[in-house]
Amino acid sequence: MINITNLSKSFGKLSVLENLDLEIKEGGIFAILGPNGSGKTTLIKCLLGMVIPDKGTISINDKSILKKWDYRNELNYLPQIANFPANLSVNELIDMVKDLRPKTANETELIAHFGLEPFLKKKLGHLSGGTKQKVNIVLTFMFDSQLIILDEPTTGLDPVSLIHLKELIRREKEKGKTILITSHIMSFVDDTADEIVFLLDGKIYFKGSVSQLKERTKETNLENAIAKLITE
Amino acid sequence: MLKILKYSIYDLLRSRWSYVYFLFYLLLGFVLLFLNNDVNKAVITLMNVIIVLTPLIGTIFGIMYFYNSKEFTELLLAQPIKRSNIFMGQYVGISLSLTLSLVLGLGIPFIVYGLFRSAAIFDFTLLLVVASFLNFIFVALAYNIALSTENKIKGFGYAILMWLFLAVVYDGLFLISLIAFNDYPLGKFSLIATMFNPIDLSRILILLKLDFSALLGYTGAVFKEFFGTAFGMVMSMLVLSLWVILPVLNINRKLRKKDF
Amino acid sequence: MKHLFIVLILTSFISHATIIDVCATCEVKKIGDATLIAKDGDIIRVQQGVYYETEIQISHAIQVIGINNPIIDAQGKQKSVFACKANGFTISGFTIRNIGLSHTKETAGIYVTKSRNFRLKKNTFINVYGGFVIQRSTYGVITENKISGTAKNETKAGNGIHLYRCKNMRIEKNETIGMRDGIYLEYVEKSSISNNINDNNIRYGLHFMFSDNNEFHHNQFKDNGSGCAVMYSDHINMHHNSFRDNWGMASYGLLLKEINDSVIESNLFEKNTVGINIDSCNRNKYKNNHLNSNGWAIKFQGAATYNFFEFNNFINNSFDLSFKSSLKNNIFEANHWSEYSGYDLDKDGIGDVPHRPLKLFSVVTTHTPDSVILLRSLFVDIINFSEQVSPIFTPENLIDTKPIIKVIDARY
Repeated sequence: MINITNLSKSFGKLSVLENLDLEIKEGGIFAILGPNGSGKTTLIKCLLGMVIPDKGTISINDKSILKKWDYRNELNYLPQIANFPANLSVNELIDMVKDLRPKTANETELIAHFGLEPFLKKKLGHLSGGTKQKVNIVLTFMFDSQLIILDEPTTGLDPVSLIHLKELIRREKEKGKTILITSHIMSFVDDTADEIVFLLDGKIYFKGSVSQLKERTKETNLENAIAKLITE
Repeated sequence: MLKILKYSIYDLLRSRWSYVYFLFYLLLGFVLLFLNNDVNKAVITLMNVIIVLTPLIGTIFGIMYFYNSKEFTELLLAQPIKRSNIFMGQYVGISLSLTLSLVLGLGIPFIVYGLFRSAAIFDFTLLLVVASFLNFIFVALAYNIALSTENKIKGFGYAILMWLFLAVVYDGLFLISLIAFNDYPLGKFSLIATMFNPIDLSRILILLKLDFSALLGYTGAVFKEFFGTAFGMVMSMLVLSLWVILPVLNINRKLRKKDF
Repeated sequence: MKHLFIVLILTSFISHATIIDVCATCEVKKIGDATLIAKDGDIIRVQQGVYYETEIQISHAIQVIGINNPIIDAQGKQKSVFACKANGFTISGFTIRNIGLSHTKETAGIYVTKSRNFRLKKNTFINVYGGFVIQRSTYGVITENKISGTAKNETKAGNGIHLYRCKNMRIEKNETIGMRDGIYLEYVEKSSISNNINDNNIRYGLHFMFSDNNEFHHNQFKDNGSGCAVMYSDHINMHHNSFRDNWGMASYGLLLKEINDSVIESNLFEKNTVGINIDSCNRNKYKNNHLNSNGWAIKFQGAATYNFFEFNNFINNSFDLSFKSSLKNNIFEANHWSEYSGYDLDKDGIGDVPHRPLKLFSVVTTHTPDSVILLRSLFVDIINFSEQVSPIFTPENLIDTKPIIKVIDARY
């Protein structure tokens, strides 16, 4: 599905990604983990075309995506901080994103799923962080795309919504989609991820299933396993 | 791009600041016309205000909009839209909504006053055209600064410095060099120095239609020949257009390498 | 019928007057022949038609009257059409055209020397080098004539009305358009110039030298190459004239050079590069003038003392005032300044804080003319403002202590 070879990116003197190679197969949930500054967000942004790599190639379904934009129609992205134009109402934002993408959307079900109906006419500037994040999730999942990228999806969510989110991710997975997630909430990763990609200093330090990771570090808890991985 | 433009304008038209700006010009127009009762004088005073304020507001709006809509821009960047379309849409959106505030804000009082019966209509139209140019120029310059400066406070500072330089410091240096090289023919120098500052160029374009024609004889012959003709007018408009086009091209150049 | 009536009246006053008719079929076919045979008091009636004549001599007190506008065509000869040297004559109702250009000889449509009590009326001049040249004459009236030229430069044009060493003349209701100088006076005294229209002349609308005790009023001077020049004269009374649209590098509405003890009152100066250019003038009074939309309203060139300015309106001029050398004892009091930024809290119509009419930028442009292109820029506003607050470069005593808040309503 995704094929990254020899990817490098540095910001000024700071090298963030160094000759990174990564292959992600179609279908399943991949958690991209790593300490702060390990290059997770940069990697995702390279995939999205928001960060332009110094060298290397990225292809999705065997097509290079560098300097392209139309491939993003087959990709749903949930940004880390949900900050929308304060003047728009939720409805208007949803309509706008629908307008910007040629795909058809099924937002009604998702709005019901997260109980957003009472907020539809409210201005985004007046919403709480959690509600904004729910809107963010609706915007991401309302299109039917093969690749879904979630950057810290749990931010600000209450436990009930968190359950709704997990449910949503599980359903998408069952449809055979490829889902990339970055998160600092290890229990969430433990619950959802099929495979873990662990980044450290711009390189892939570990790639494999959760059980493989636990086996390797001889820890039963994912959080401890990760901590051990870093200090190794 | 048209979709982004539509949403940017939509967004800005609902912003309080657009209305403040609009009301400011509306009030200014009414006060000038109905306290003065002299359209020509009103146009001169308006020019003084527009020459200084339009670039300043354009710069501030441009830079603020860029930084404030950063997250929203990132949301758009993840959509299947070309990068340059996103930013051009936003750019044209801001410039247009500022121009709209200005044209309506000043146009309404002038129409109420009976501009169409006045000979000042051409001066006034020129004033609006030049002010619109200044909007487009300074929003573009602000976007250039914003695109090369990650830090919001720094970017804001640079933008204000740029405005201060073009609105005040440049003319100060200009005047000092004119005084210092008083013994040399300075016509060509003045002409070129004027072209290199959109504020100066706009000011002279408007002055030519107002009180400057009376003074034109006193500046060098080069200046008179240039600005006294239709060719000069066309050239000036062309240079103003360049002041829009070049920064816009640079925005697009920067966008190709920019990381978000 | 009308002409006959005039003739009857005239003949009743002048005894032994004969009437000589001139026309193509008359006994006398040439005007020049008629004036040669005419005696004092005779009337020559020139009928409609074209007469190819020059140097028509007038040497008696006769009246030469064109009936139905006869034309005298000089056919490009470098000669005057009428040459007059007499007392008590009249020339009226002719169109004079096509006098050749001469640089060696002074020619004119009507050339008068050493004459008295004459009247030159309702004549039209087309394509002539000069309209009138009047020398060493007194008590002449030049009225309702039209002189127009099409020459493009000074060397190819003569003057509309040129007076040299004359006294007690009246120049009224004439039109001079497109000549070198509209009206040119040298050494002329006790004369009055009024209600003339002088537009589009290549050099001056009115040119006035070494001529004391004259009055000119209700004249119009529009779009002349350099405006009007009044020079080297005393006791001139100028009022109710309008000076408009005199634009150009060396243009002004009114140039005053070495003019003393004169009055400049109720004139209109509008859209001139310089409204009034004052060069070395003393003890003059400027009152009730309206200076509107000029580049410079008043420009002092040389030293000027004891000039008094009151009740003038200074409105929308790029610069109200500029000066080059010292300005001593000149008083500006109770003028209206559209630039005035003070207030009138006691509502007496007079501003509570004095007005400083001289801007710093005006001083700068005097020394560096090129800097005028920075007019109305923010930088210039800032330096003007700071100078206004604490004057360093501009003289502290140049001040109007009683600025009038409203435009002063006066006839001009």
